[in-house]
Amino acid sequence: MAKRVGIEVSLAISEAVKLANVDAIAAYPITPQTHIVEHLSELVADGELDAAFIPVESEHSAMSVCAGTSAAGARTYTATSSQGLALMNEILFIIPALRLPVVMTIANRALSGPISIWNDHSDIMSVRDTGWIAIFAENGQEAFDLTLMSFKIAEDHRVLLPISVNLDGFTLSHVIEPHEFLDQAEVDKFLPEYKPVVQLNPDAPVSMGTVGIPEIFSEAKKCQDEVLKGSEAVIKEVFAEFGEMFGRDYKVVETYRAEGAETLLMTMGSVSETAMEAIDQMCDKDNRKVGLIRLRLWRPFPAEALRAAMGGIKTLAVIDRAVSFGGTAGPVAGEVRSALYSTDQAPYVASFIAGLGGRDITIDDFIAVVDQAEKMAAEKEIHQYKMIGVRE
Amino acid sequence: MTKKFNEKAWHEYELGFMVSQPGCATEYRTGDWRSQRPQTNKDKCIKCGVCYLVCPEGAIVLAADGTYDFDLEHCKGCGICATECWTGCISMVEEGE
Repeated sequence: MAKRVGIEVSLAISEAVKLANVDAIAAYPITPQTHIVEHLSELVADGELDAAFIPVESEHSAMSVCAGTSAAGARTYTATSSQGLALMNEILFIIPALRLPVVMTIANRALSGPISIWNDHSDIMSVRDTGWIAIFAENGQEAFDLTLMSFKIAEDHRVLLPISVNLDGFTLSHVIEPHEFLDQAEVDKFLPEYKPVVQLNPDAPVSMGTVGIPEIFSEAKKCQDEVLKGSEAVIKEVFAEFGEMFGRDYKVVETYRAEGAETLLMTMGSVSETAMEAIDQMCDKDNRKVGLIRLRLWRPFPAEALRAAMGGIKTLAVIDRAVSFGGTAGPVAGEVRSALYSTDQAPYVASFIAGLGGRDITIDDFIAVVDQAEKMAAEKEIHQYKMIGVRE
Repeated sequence: MTKKFNEKAWHEYELGFMVSQPGCATEYRTGDWRSQRPQTNKDKCIKCGVCYLVCPEGAIVLAADGTYDFDLEHCKGCGICATECWTGCISMVEEGE
């Protein structure tokens, strides 16, 4: 049966990767992802995990090696952050195009400059359109669970796409939390051995990554897009199966005290837990009709689930932790506005950017955001996005 | 009848658009990229085979008499054969002439 372990979240992720019995790991250390791969290299060196640990000279090489090992049929894992993810960029596009189910943890960190090792979502937002499935964890348990689920989702023959499991750097990666660990036997029952449809094998040779001439390129992209969109159904299936087996339920869009709310806050990642505190205060102390909506699945974007969660709300205040410089909204808010635009009774969508490069978002900040959003909605203020908590 | 590679619907290709059949690039007629085509003055051809060796497309084929012909369905008209030909027996002429 599951045992409760107090452990640093990074190490819990490594243990999940070990339980997933990966065959190959190629990674380059970068703050704040370091502890994950450090611990994995220990597990391999100590003989606790029978996997090839391939140290590389850069993240570009790390992802290139992942392409190779995954193409050879190995269950493949890597982890990175910020500049490391940026350096992988070229290969990130190729992995889903080749339908390789690589699983990657991203300990989200701001992209330079100025140089920042602290948390925001600018790294994952910069690779939004690479074709990866992207999931966000809010706490250590979720990071552990989602890591295990990711292998099952990615390797499903209806999917065969890579997944990034995002967790906030330091805020999550470096804290010690209690985790419900799973036994190897339980994990094995949930996550069967990876059976590739095709693999690089001299006995049955294939060429992967060949040229796509204009006559087939659009078909290739259409195929990739359809498979990514179709993966949402599989993600929901795997969430449901995990919930049945282990009692922890996951949804692509999560809500908190949203019933009867007139205003919803929207968050992604670990700030959601602070946001819940803010919601509790506003509901319980001030009797306000405010709730929270948390986006767990970023790609494919769960537009239908989002619409369903809107109920009859009037105002939606979206918090983004990245800037789309000169754009029309924060990255998440822009998607949300677009998804809701053509619907009847779409709420007023206020876009706020906060928590950049490790800046905390406090309970008071969330309350101020709700106040401001409601005022903007009442005045029908036309805006693109507002950065909050900035000294003027 | 099996569909040609450029007639298939998006869901009819192999996983990840990989290639599992060797030599399938021959299905793709690159000859229509050409603006100039090679022409041989066979009287000057010494059958050395240099053109055959340098053609990047494998679009030069050995004729029964030991000289060389062009596979114009695949020849892109790059002109390397004409440049490299020892005796200058290959020349490039404009398509449509």
